Amino acid sequence: MNPAMTASTDAIAIRLQAVSHTFAGRPALCELSADIRRGVITGLVGPDGAGKTTLMRLMAGLLKASAGSICVEGLDPVSAGDTLRLQLGYMPQKFGLYEDLTVLENLRLYADLRGVTGQARADSFERLLAFTDLARFTDRLAGKLSGGMKQKLGLACTLLGSPRILLLDEPCVGVDPISRRELWRMVSSLADGGMAVLWSTSYLDEAELCGEVLLMHEGRLQYSGSPQALMDSMQGRSMLLQDIVGNRRQVLQRALRSPAVIDGALQGHAVRLVLREAGVLPDLASLQAGPDASLQRVKPRLEDAFIDLLGGGPGGDSPLTEHMPPVRLPAGVDAEAVIVAEQLTRRFGDFVATDHVDFRIRRGEIFGLLGPNGAGKSTTFKMMCGLLPVSSGEARVMGLDLKKSASQARQQIGYMAQKFALYGNLSVAQNLGFFAGIYGLSGASQRAAVADMVRVFGLQPFLAMNAGELPLGFKQRLALSCALMHQPPLLFLDEPTSGVDPVSRREFWSHINGLVDKGVTVMVTTHFMDEAEYCDRIGLVYRGRMIAAGTPDALKTMVASAELPDPSMEDAFIALVERDDRQREAT
Amino acid sequence: MWQRLFTLIRKEMQALLRSPQSRRLLIAPVLLQLLLFPFAATLEVKNSTLAVFNQDGGAASIELVQRLAATQAFPQVLMLHSQQEMQQVIDRQQALLAISLPQDLSRKLAAGQSVAAQAIIDGRRSNSAQIAYGYALQVIQQFAAERSHQLPPARLVVQNLYNPNLEYRWFVLPSLVAIITTIGCLMVTALSLAREREEGTFEQLLVSPLTPGYIMAGKALPGMLVALVQGCIIAAAAVWVYHVPFSGTVGLLIVSMLCYGLSLVGFGLLISALSSNQQQAFLGSFAFMSPAVILSGYMAPVENMPLPLRLVSAVDPLSHFIIIVKGIFLKGYGFAEAWPQLWPLLAIAASTLALAYLMFLRRSH
Repeated sequence: MNPAMTASTDAIAIRLQAVSHTFAGRPALCELSADIRRGVITGLVGPDGAGKTTLMRLMAGLLKASAGSICVEGLDPVSAGDTLRLQLGYMPQKFGLYEDLTVLENLRLYADLRGVTGQARADSFERLLAFTDLARFTDRLAGKLSGGMKQKLGLACTLLGSPRILLLDEPCVGVDPISRRELWRMVSSLADGGMAVLWSTSYLDEAELCGEVLLMHEGRLQYSGSPQALMDSMQGRSMLLQDIVGNRRQVLQRALRSPAVIDGALQGHAVRLVLREAGVLPDLASLQAGPDASLQRVKPRLEDAFIDLLGGGPGGDSPLTEHMPPVRLPAGVDAEAVIVAEQLTRRFGDFVATDHVDFRIRRGEIFGLLGPNGAGKSTTFKMMCGLLPVSSGEARVMGLDLKKSASQARQQIGYMAQKFALYGNLSVAQNLGFFAGIYGLSGASQRAAVADMVRVFGLQPFLAMNAGELPLGFKQRLALSCALMHQPPLLFLDEPTSGVDPVSRREFWSHINGLVDKGVTVMVTTHFMDEAEYCDRIGLVYRGRMIAAGTPDALKTMVASAELPDPSMEDAFIALVERDDRQREAT
Repeated sequence: MWQRLFTLIRKEMQALLRSPQSRRLLIAPVLLQLLLFPFAATLEVKNSTLAVFNQDGGAASIELVQRLAATQAFPQVLMLHSQQEMQQVIDRQQALLAISLPQDLSRKLAAGQSVAAQAIIDGRRSNSAQIAYGYALQVIQQFAAERSHQLPPARLVVQNLYNPNLEYRWFVLPSLVAIITTIGCLMVTALSLAREREEGTFEQLLVSPLTPGYIMAGKALPGMLVALVQGCIIAAAAVWVYHVPFSGTVGLLIVSMLCYGLSLVGFGLLISALSSNQQQAFLGSFAFMSPAVILSGYMAPVENMPLPLRLVSAVDPLSHFIIIVKGIFLKGYGFAEAWPQLWPLLAIAASTLALAYLMFLRRSH
């Protein structure tokens, strides 16, 4: 045999050839061919529903592919499952930790299951506990660990028995940026040691760090190879429009109308654009961005390339803009303070989840709450929309105290939950009718409101379909239309676009931008750093307190330093949280 | 106001009726129980064994034994030879009823004196055994009446009023009306609210202008509606398929079904207020259902229970409702007769609903 040949096949841990899979007649994966090499982290990248989990389960031998072949270490994962079980570590999205057992008990249990005993067990426990930095917490119940520590423990359990291949399904969901970086460092060191690692994610910024990526969309492989090569191919097409005077949202809207631009997003005070062709710029004058505005080349991102592969982003015009009437504030409501928190506090027993938080939000402003899991941002958010009572302090919306006139206050609110709380077993039309009904619309006005929403969000073809069976992007549209049915002046969004593909996310924000132009005030919680960029102001919540507040650019400026002159939103987030930790220790 | 409530009820009905699965889940238990229950849960005393310890051996006693053996109720008669054996056949469930005839039976009868015979019944199967005892008593009394040469001045005729032939279906089917509606109603209230919690739609309701009262009413009314429809189906089947006589009024039946539905909904909402997912709600419903049926008097007469259990039975809505339904079917109950059972139902409903409302406020706040 040709020695070069063996070397190249040896480097490949998993080989996929024309793999397809269908669930009950629905295609989940379509003709997928790729190689996964040892020694690098391969990113399996795509929005929810792209087929990432299905592919991982196929590789782990938990499903049998409908067509095509999968070779893991030269073996078929289903028929050679027993052999492969010890060589392959698979960490599903919700790793099966036993919450009522301690860290050590969980490890012992998985060691028993994987047949790791005797001296080998003692050695690997010591190694893994040191590796994951969990040695201090061996007696703690797994249920009491933070999201990041749970994932580390899950990783440790998966690594028992020294597998040669590691499959990680969205290991960073629910993990704050600091722990996310730690987890990444650990897995990188494993890959450097020669392990083949497949890391699935829906965050494109996370994928940029991978050695190789498989970019998936709707069950199809859009790209496989190095992310850097893909970003390089976008060279000269990513631009930043800076020094804008006037309304940056409208500038973005105008830019997206230009044929030279395929995608755009807000980035602090600037607007980031992706050009159809390098060098062909939109007409600056037509953007009306002010006399000093200038376009500058910036480094392309993986997201730019992904959107380009999908054929460009949506336009910037939302049909909602024509539909929604401008918000008129009732007499006596201060336009500078339509949402107000004053010394807002919430206690759960001894634990203070929200600790004397203050903010006031203007009419037509997008205010974002950003913070690690368990920092109190959800608690604060829930108090503002009346889902949790206030322990002390005050929460007011449109001048109404949420304690005293809860029902009236809630009539002013549109609310969209993280997981699109729709009735999955009712049809789209029934969902629309229901939400119109509970907000007091009846008869002709209900029919008119529903018809408008169907037209604006293009829901006509789906009216008879169960809401639970909609594609994710349409679920989001439906959830938004249900929240807007009664034309509320205030909109509360709880992590509105997690897991949604970037094109749908752009479209979602174009709707929000349209609403804001009509005077709707938006309060949003988010994990996504680029979602935070859409906010006019951000409140950073940590350990129950608001440790910083200001425009995205202002927060970045706070942490800018000689080594890091142009920090990203994530850098700012991490630096501010660490600064707060240090201050707390000092006092 | 009404329109929002209507929207909530419509949503609940749509969710129940939209998918074939949930439609089946509503109707399948009704049909299945209707087909199986009247046959499987036999309380009838046909095919049961009678044991006789005849210490007399005279002509009269032999005739009495033959008469007992001739009834449909006791196709098998075990002849015993000692007092211990009597104990044993009951202990081993070989006989439902054991009768001991005294040595001087024939002599005393001939002399026209009264005779005491002993009967031992199996209290473990108390409902069936009491019916069997009733049969045997009838036979013995008739026999005695014929034998005593001078006719007694007045003769006591035992006749089972309301169910003269002791047809067990007459007893089972009205009770079934009560038992099956219990399942349907709890499913709609307890499980559907837990499901909304799991899917996050509950929060969506809480941020709407709906007050907790509305949300609860939106769950309670569909639950009552389901109980009503299921109950009516079984009642209709009882009358037209199984030919159980219906001697009361339909109006009263519906009113009492609604009262019963309300008390169930109270328990259902209480269970859902205590549970945070469907699994807990399911277990909770089950934990309510089993004792509710066992202590309802359907399996064993409430009067035979020890005092603590009788007290529990008093707050069991099923025990009251079974009395009402049987009354309406067999005894021609009017409102006045039903009221002593109706007000406890309403009282149970009021307290469970109030408790559920408080829990609801505490949990949503």
